[in-house]
Amino acid sequence: MKIRRLLIQTFASLGSNKLRTGLTVLGIVIGVAAVIAMLSIGQGAQNSITSSINSIGSNILFVSAGSGARFFGGGGANANRNIKSLTMSDVQALMNSFQAPAIQSVAPVLQGNTSVSANGQKTNTTVFGVTPIYASMRNEQVAEGSFFNDQQVNIHARVAVVGPDLATTLFGRTTNLTGQTIRINGQSFTIIGVLQSKGGTSIGSSDNQVIIPLTTARDRVLRRTGNTVDTIYVQAVNAQSVSEASAQISDIMRLRHKVQVGQEDFTVFSQQDILQTATNITGILTIFLGGIAAISLLVGGIGIMNIMLVSVAERTREIGLRKAVGARNRDILLQFLIESSFLSLMGGLIGILLGWLISLIIKSIASASGTALNPAVSWNAVLLATLFSAAVGLFFGIYPARRAARLEPVEALRYE
Amino acid sequence: MNDMVIEAENLTKVYRMGEVDVQALCGVSMQVKRGEAIAIMGPSGSGKSTLMNILGCLDRPTGGSYMLDGEKVSGLNDDQLASIRNRKIGFVFQSFNLLQRTSALANVELPLSYSSQGNDGYKRAEEALKAVGLEKRMKHRPAELSGGEQQRVAIARALVNDPAILMADEPTGNLDSKAGQEIMNILLSLNRERNTTLIIITHDPKIGEQTQRIIHIQDGSIEANPL
Repeated sequence: MKIRRLLIQTFASLGSNKLRTGLTVLGIVIGVAAVIAMLSIGQGAQNSITSSINSIGSNILFVSAGSGARFFGGGGANANRNIKSLTMSDVQALMNSFQAPAIQSVAPVLQGNTSVSANGQKTNTTVFGVTPIYASMRNEQVAEGSFFNDQQVNIHARVAVVGPDLATTLFGRTTNLTGQTIRINGQSFTIIGVLQSKGGTSIGSSDNQVIIPLTTARDRVLRRTGNTVDTIYVQAVNAQSVSEASAQISDIMRLRHKVQVGQEDFTVFSQQDILQTATNITGILTIFLGGIAAISLLVGGIGIMNIMLVSVAERTREIGLRKAVGARNRDILLQFLIESSFLSLMGGLIGILLGWLISLIIKSIASASGTALNPAVSWNAVLLATLFSAAVGLFFGIYPARRAARLEPVEALRYE
Repeated sequence: MNDMVIEAENLTKVYRMGEVDVQALCGVSMQVKRGEAIAIMGPSGSGKSTLMNILGCLDRPTGGSYMLDGEKVSGLNDDQLASIRNRKIGFVFQSFNLLQRTSALANVELPLSYSSQGNDGYKRAEEALKAVGLEKRMKHRPAELSGGEQQRVAIARALVNDPAILMADEPTGNLDSKAGQEIMNILLSLNRERNTTLIIITHDPKIGEQTQRIIHIQDGSIEANPL
């Protein structure tokens, strides 16, 4: 039997009850749209988290005080109760290129939340006390002015580099700000630079931050005793040497803090670790969302089966007639399978469009509310949804179609 | 060449109704020559519909042998029977059995879509409709045609594959006597002009007596068979 004829037949029979066909298709449309939208949200979340983590810089490791168990709130048996703070001497030790050849640069960081005011506006934000190497490590560029230099760190200069979002909050603009005065935790600072926007809500590198010299931060803003630092940022020589660098850091730190393996009072973790964890979490999230959406697709498939069963019952005489004029069982099977597949495929195509629209709407809602979620409809998701909806049509169409194909011609012709 | 279109030998049919076996045909033997026009008559429940279903390859006999147009039919599977129906038999039903959604022409084309023949289907369907005098109503849907016209579409559909046998089950049962007579005239003239064997199942003696031979069936057996 010719394909063209089959398609004409399919259109004719589906077109004869448009409302019913439409409602059946709608079930699949909603299912596929939900799958597409959910997968795109998951993908978007993954993309923005990945880019956030990448915006931290490249090949970065973080050293912080406290054991991992403590860090994650576990406090197990091996939790060290006598934690030594990280100090500038630790920083110096890590800079030793003989003991730590995999390390390119080391940046001590003080970090804290504090109030910032200027121009009659007041807000809370994160203050970073750093050395100039931090800027190149974190890939922070200034859009205006300049970053502070080593000398300004040495003289405890009261200078600040502000993030673009903070600048907008305080001054309503991001340009022409150098020389302006800003009060950080009550102390007045002179703005010497404005950072370029990195976009997105990044982990620890928001555009909403202010960076000041480490020394000034220690004695005027964040008030740390001695020469302690909160975190040490370490940049490995290249991507391949990150784990090597991690091992070298641990060796040096164990030696300096006089602790055994397994008793560390510090934690080293790399950007890759964070990325790995984040990717795992968003992956699970995506599967979860997609799974829920797939259930609605399944319900749509049951709708198709229901309608096909009704259709087979209604058209029993037609099936009998077709068999009387020479249709073989597989001709009838094919006819009904094509109808159900056509329903689901049409639902799939409309659903892909609708899902794509939904993801666009979510994107605009997210950007309107300042969230950097950028749902991305991937070709994989489209392919998956198309295949899945066609499979649903076939799977739920097979039973009704077999039922039609197995009708005895005599019985079918007699059916009222 | 064998000049018998139908050679049935001792056909039996038993239906199982729950626990009871019902004997619908008990040993029917009959022969029909090529180009003959016969009527099968009998009261309802006599087994004439069962006989037609078996002769038309819509159903299988429980026992006996059946040769149709030189082919042995008993023992064929579903698909082989479908192919025989498609090539050798044209059905005309009491209730027309047209597809309401499509035009008269598309209805006539239906058997062609299940045959393996060439691509001249449109032309052949047109010719078949001309043969029953409906060339002006080809694009009409069944609902737009009178009962007599609908039955003529059904006859055209039966003709389109140029079958050996035209099998009509109460073809005039749903028509008034005038339209019914028109249908009979068409069937009989097709039988004469194309030498298509015509088998009419009816309980109406006025229809039966227009054929060359009447087979009376009663309680699953043939009563009189004047060859």
